[in-house]
Amino acid sequence: MWNWFHKLASPPHFYRLAGIFSPWMLWSSLILIAIGTYGGLVLAPADYQQGEGFRIIYVHVPSSYLSTMIYALMAVTSGIGLIWRIKLAHAVAASAAPIGASFTAVSLLTGMLWGKPMWGTYWEWDPRLTSELILLFIYFGYMSLRASFEDISKADRAGGLLAVVGVVNLPIIHYSVIWWSSLHQGPSIKKLDAPSISGDMLWPLLLLIAASTLFFGALLLYRVRAEVLDREHNSRWVQDLLGEMPGAG
Amino acid sequence: MTRLSAINLTLWRGPNCLFEELSFQVDAGSLLLVRGSNGSGKTTLLRVLSGLTRPETGHVEWCGESIEKTRQTFGAALAYFGHADGLKADLTVTHNLEFSAQLFGQSGEQIPGLLNALNLSQCAQLETRYLSAGQKRRTALARVLMSDAALWLLDEPVTNLDAAGREYVEDRLHAHVAGGGLAIAATHEDIRITSESPDEIFLGDGA
Amino acid sequence: MNLSRFFAAIVRRELQIAFKRWGDLASPLMFFVMVASLFPLALSPQHEMLRNLGPAVLWIAALLATLLSLNALFRGDIEDGSMEQLVLSPYPLALAIFGKTVAHWLLNGLPLVMLAPALAVTYYLPVEGVRALSLTLLIGTPTLSLLGAVGAALTAGVRQSGGLLALLVLPLMLPVLMFGARATDLAGSGEQITGPLYLLSALLLLALSLLPLASAAAIRISLD
Repeated sequence: MWNWFHKLASPPHFYRLAGIFSPWMLWSSLILIAIGTYGGLVLAPADYQQGEGFRIIYVHVPSSYLSTMIYALMAVTSGIGLIWRIKLAHAVAASAAPIGASFTAVSLLTGMLWGKPMWGTYWEWDPRLTSELILLFIYFGYMSLRASFEDISKADRAGGLLAVVGVVNLPIIHYSVIWWSSLHQGPSIKKLDAPSISGDMLWPLLLLIAASTLFFGALLLYRVRAEVLDREHNSRWVQDLLGEMPGAG
Repeated sequence: MTRLSAINLTLWRGPNCLFEELSFQVDAGSLLLVRGSNGSGKTTLLRVLSGLTRPETGHVEWCGESIEKTRQTFGAALAYFGHADGLKADLTVTHNLEFSAQLFGQSGEQIPGLLNALNLSQCAQLETRYLSAGQKRRTALARVLMSDAALWLLDEPVTNLDAAGREYVEDRLHAHVAGGGLAIAATHEDIRITSESPDEIFLGDGA
Repeated sequence: MNLSRFFAAIVRRELQIAFKRWGDLASPLMFFVMVASLFPLALSPQHEMLRNLGPAVLWIAALLATLLSLNALFRGDIEDGSMEQLVLSPYPLALAIFGKTVAHWLLNGLPLVMLAPALAVTYYLPVEGVRALSLTLLIGTPTLSLLGAVGAALTAGVRQSGGLLALLVLPLMLPVLMFGARATDLAGSGEQITGPLYLLSALLLLALSLLPLASAAAIRISLD
């Protein structure tokens, strides 16, 4: 087990393996996304309360889910990188951050688009939207901190520490926001979720969540591959690799 | 067995390799000089040996154990004279040294004598912001000299010293080594403590 | 020297240095007062509105003043090399960092707590509101110092780090702000605030137990 782990963490091995897996993951995720989108936009009936507007959950829910999941992944890989000093783990965390920030932004945007017909305004200080906004700030903080270091191993360790501190804070922030909004004396806010969802609405949603996760996995592998090449550009195996490529060297 | 061992140290700074697979050891009662041109990584090597900078590969052992695992024991055995003086500009020379004495677990009664020997008595009550570069350096040296640490890591210990100060430092270094201490000094000048020249390692292309 | 005397020595030295630099101590406080007085000037000095805004404005001003004072927390020590000496000393670095953070709170947080009631009066907060403001600041500002210390340690080696520090620690400070300002608000309208006070205390305990370790780890990274 440990041996397998170490072999995977070796950059050339990972580079090769990721190169084999990533196209498969990308294409299968795209096909699944197409099926799910068809199911969600065409097959599923309109919601009796929210009408056609509810269909935005097929984008919103997967991206909200991924926005948190990716941060958790960053914290775990950063922890692994800090404790066992595995550079590849740091490379994964660094590559995941911009993807996570993008999903967070998509989740915010779709939430706002949904809000316009439902709340009559693009922005409502709803606890979920607020948490999502704070999460976006945290992603920006992580990326800016990394960018401020020239030395990549310092950026890895500083960013990793911040990711770990942040992941302890995220639940605290989330529950504070819920507590804070429960004190609001505003109009009762309808939450952006589907508590009693029918079967033909549900399966495209679940499929899309799975497909987006797969899509994220493929994107991550592509990004980590590029990151690994960049970090190891001085090493023998990258030089050999470049030598094999037509037109290089 | 009191011994500092560097094992397979490799460190890159950007595109430059400062040292690769560097191994050596320093035993009780010896002095090692680290030589090399400016920018060859002398200071960085001392920082790696102290544990401040983490090498890319390899590790440093003190008495047979990795210094990252025995930080407190190693810290108690180490006096570090770095590139920066480590003095608070707003405190007087004496206050600065008294704080260091506290860290070393000492009363600080030898401070006046040390200041005298380093030709600093006249600025004992001066805030270190008013000191010249050489005087600050000597104040920082006083901290090393008053510690009873077994290992001295010294970055350019005799630069900015006059002939008398230099002789005093060499004498103290000799006494430290003769008493079973270890010292590693990064220097671009010669330091002689006995008739025979000490061990040296060269960094970079300078030979 | 045992650990508690080491801790005391660190705090004493910080205070000794700070008292030679009155200007550095006073400017975050002046900032606090000025931000708080900007709002009545920019809005309008209606008692009703100021009473409603007061808890939030005073808490935000305190938060920003803390942030302002944090930037220099470790910078000087790293530049003059005293941090190297602390890192290499045989004592736990987290304890030294904790000592510095405690000194930071004594020099910056505590004066804010003491100054706040005077400003609360200019916002016409009722007595219960003033009391709640002092109490929440007293429990909340140490957490802010501890959180800020992590950010200051992470950015200590970075140039132009003021904005970065704010970006890193403000989201983490939000729960303290929300509980503190809300509790002050609630107390002003005569409600019980034991709940948020317990939550603020819980946050402080959590911060006390974990954050000095994180700051120490961050300092080691910044020095590398």
